[in-house]
Amino acid sequence: MTWRSRLLSPSGIAAAVGVLLFLFVAIAGGSIFLAAAETSNVPARLLPPSLEHPFGTDDLGRDIFARVLVAARVSLLLTLGATAVSTVGGIAYGLIAVILPRHVRRLATGLLDILLAFPWLLMVLFFTVIWGASATSAMFAIGISGIPFMARLVYNLASSVSGRDYVRAARVVGVGPFGILVRHILPNIANPLFVNAAATASVTLLSFAGLSFLGLGVQAPEYDWGRLLQDGITRIYVNPLAAIGPGIAVVLAGLVFTFVSEALADTRGGGRGAVARRALGAVSPTRRARGAVASRAGAAPGEPIAEIADLRVAFATADGGEVERVRGVSVRIQPGEVVGIVGESGSGKSLTAMALAGLLGPDARIDTSTHRFDGIDMTRPLTAADRSTLGVELGMVFQDPLTSLNPALTIGRQLTEVPEVHLKMSRGAARAHATAALEAVGIADAARRLGQYPHQFSGGMRQRAMIGQALTGRPKLIIADEPTTALDVTVQRQVMGVLRRAQRDTGAAIVFISHDIALVSAFCDRVLVMKDGIVVEELDAERIREDATHPYSRALLACLPDMTSDRTRPLPVIPPEVAASALAEEVGV
Amino acid sequence: MTATPPPAVADMAGAPTAALAVRAEGRARGPQLSPRAAFLLRRIGRLLVSLVVVVVASFFLVHLVPGDPVRAALGIQASPELVAATRTELGLDKPIPVQFLDYVTNLLRGDFGDSIRTGRPVAETIGQRFPATVTLGVLSFLVALLAAVPIGIGAAVALQRPGRKLADSLISGTLGMLIAVPGFLLAVGLIALFAVQLRWLPAAGWGSPQDAVLPILALALGPLAYLARIVQVEMSGVLGATYMTTARAKRLPGRLVYLRHALPNIITASLTVSGLLLSGMIAGTVLIETIFAIPGMGGVMVPAVGAKDYPIVQGLVIVYALIILGVNLIVDLILVTVDPRSSITEG
Repeated sequence: MTWRSRLLSPSGIAAAVGVLLFLFVAIAGGSIFLAAAETSNVPARLLPPSLEHPFGTDDLGRDIFARVLVAARVSLLLTLGATAVSTVGGIAYGLIAVILPRHVRRLATGLLDILLAFPWLLMVLFFTVIWGASATSAMFAIGISGIPFMARLVYNLASSVSGRDYVRAARVVGVGPFGILVRHILPNIANPLFVNAAATASVTLLSFAGLSFLGLGVQAPEYDWGRLLQDGITRIYVNPLAAIGPGIAVVLAGLVFTFVSEALADTRGGGRGAVARRALGAVSPTRRARGAVASRAGAAPGEPIAEIADLRVAFATADGGEVERVRGVSVRIQPGEVVGIVGESGSGKSLTAMALAGLLGPDARIDTSTHRFDGIDMTRPLTAADRSTLGVELGMVFQDPLTSLNPALTIGRQLTEVPEVHLKMSRGAARAHATAALEAVGIADAARRLGQYPHQFSGGMRQRAMIGQALTGRPKLIIADEPTTALDVTVQRQVMGVLRRAQRDTGAAIVFISHDIALVSAFCDRVLVMKDGIVVEELDAERIREDATHPYSRALLACLPDMTSDRTRPLPVIPPEVAASALAEEVGV
Repeated sequence: MTATPPPAVADMAGAPTAALAVRAEGRARGPQLSPRAAFLLRRIGRLLVSLVVVVVASFFLVHLVPGDPVRAALGIQASPELVAATRTELGLDKPIPVQFLDYVTNLLRGDFGDSIRTGRPVAETIGQRFPATVTLGVLSFLVALLAAVPIGIGAAVALQRPGRKLADSLISGTLGMLIAVPGFLLAVGLIALFAVQLRWLPAAGWGSPQDAVLPILALALGPLAYLARIVQVEMSGVLGATYMTTARAKRLPGRLVYLRHALPNIITASLTVSGLLLSGMIAGTVLIETIFAIPGMGGVMVPAVGAKDYPIVQGLVIVYALIILGVNLIVDLILVTVDPRSSITEG
């Protein structure tokens, strides 16, 4: 981000206006309002707020508003002084710690961690008792108490920079440790330091107000905002504004420092925005957007186990428009059938599968003419019985088993849920059921393994456990969304074998999604080729090389080497005009 | 068969899933040999070292005072005899190693010395003042914790639907404001509104339940907002995770989806932050007690700091430090029990 665009952001404007305002008050306020602030006028003592005295007057008849303005200089100067002590001390400690030998360095950072455990205020009180209650000693007490935090930041930043190539290169050519610190490390960590110094200033200001408020900072007859607050609160029943006025000044000044920090930060605002966007884009467990026509109900023999027709999935874009990611897809899955959906990233294959399972989030706009699973009309609100049927009969296996199993729950807890919740099994029965499921997917010592957490499983075992989870119900359809992509090749084969056996044992249909056309054609009965949100071709898996006619299917197939491939020539790639639109969609996510 | 590298996941859960994968992978590594025990040992080791640092720092408090600490405490008018007597009483006439040994042995017997100003045993004063501070701190913390978790989770769940920009800025604006205003300023505002204007609650005092309302609010609102924000951000991440889709695919009832599958995954961050907040709130009681005239330790700490009454300050520093270290240890113990992963063993 450039300086110009930073200054024009809302926090940049607020920071600039605030800084100018407080600068003006701090520099000019002292002379303009000094008379009103410091001349005693006993007849006018303890006046309530009025136009002439916006915050009223104190016990010597001095105008409190004027005193607040005059106090700005002392308050801000002491804040800046303490911030300077924290920053300089923190930079020195942090940088020196980086170049120390290993054992001394661990000692230095260990001490920092210990000091960081203690709240700032307690450390400030500790130093105040040593140096006495005065403005300067308070400044040093607050400044020094802020050093550990700053030092930790500098140390972390500097040690991440010091491992980079250009610093190593400088070391190799013989630049000494101090040359490296000053010329190579410091300039590269300066920006986050400025950001943090401004944030520290905000905290410092508040601490100073607190300390003066306790009577341990600025001493009479001098006064800063904290001191005025202390005077004001004793008379809060007479004139609340005498206490609230200085409080407002403190909060405003603190806000300005925060805005300065935000405006200096490259990423801080962006980070918060990103979090909000992430929250908005998240998948929800509850209802879906619907625009569907209800169709006939009731299951009949010979019917497909799952069916979705004319599926369209659209998402709102940032500019208020809509982008359609699935554009009219129809899929029918017969009982026991293994159907592959193949296509590159962004082709809509995963969205189609998630829509089939009824698991798309509320941000997706879904439109179908028919959507049924085992006699359940999925376009209508589901009854409790429907949900149980779906939980028992529809299994899901996702790409990365590390993220699709809950890291905080044991495998046993996760595999007993469907039997307990939907099949109404007792705890013991559910556990026996889960043990059998784990054994069915080839995990040895299944009973003990149930007590373990996903991170104690290897990648391939996690994916097998995920398939096992689908087997804890009575699966009629298993949707496997790139189940082997995150695994290495040998483990891929094991997992495919487990999936194949699960299909044979249970007779469940499988929807297998992959970008790997070779894997899909070897595993499935029937293959749908998807591109740009539509099914471009539907092929018999055994005759895929002979039957494929669509240029995209042929391009996918051409990328596969076989026994007749000429190994002296490079493998073909998908031509850019075929791949470009898919790429554009992916970038637009 | 060729294995192509995995393409970027382009479905709607892509980004959070990827972020989580990185985190989860970090968690999966680490020492295999009883990580919990190793973690606890390290933490107890750090606690002991911290204790030593605190005791040494509080001992040297008197010696770091520039000039004559006894003279600084008693003032210029004090007679030389009084100064000499006080010095002997504090043991400052002995060699420093002997002083330190005496200091530590006395500490171990629970003897914190006598106040310079009142001559009363420090341990007795602390004993009288301790309950009010701990009551205030613990009640405020409970209020913050019990309110922040539902608020944070509620905000995350409510904001995950599209088109909630206004609600989002309203929530983050309110929370941000409460985080920015320190407790003692909040206290002033609360007194002005509820005690002075509306006259609903007393402005100061300690004894009846009404007395506790404003101090607890003043102390709790800031940490509450901070914790709610953390919970909200964590929860937003968890809601987008693939394992939540897995839980939904099992068609579990909502209560299981949120309480069993989501809550444990935000507990580590929330607990860690809670521990820090509680430490901060213990220190915050000093200001709040002074404002509301609560007879806690802060009420003796502040005048003692001003008057350089070293034994009191030394004793209080150690007691406050013990509370904070105790809180940290409890948080660590809870983390080890609640969080099955080895993530915390890295720290």
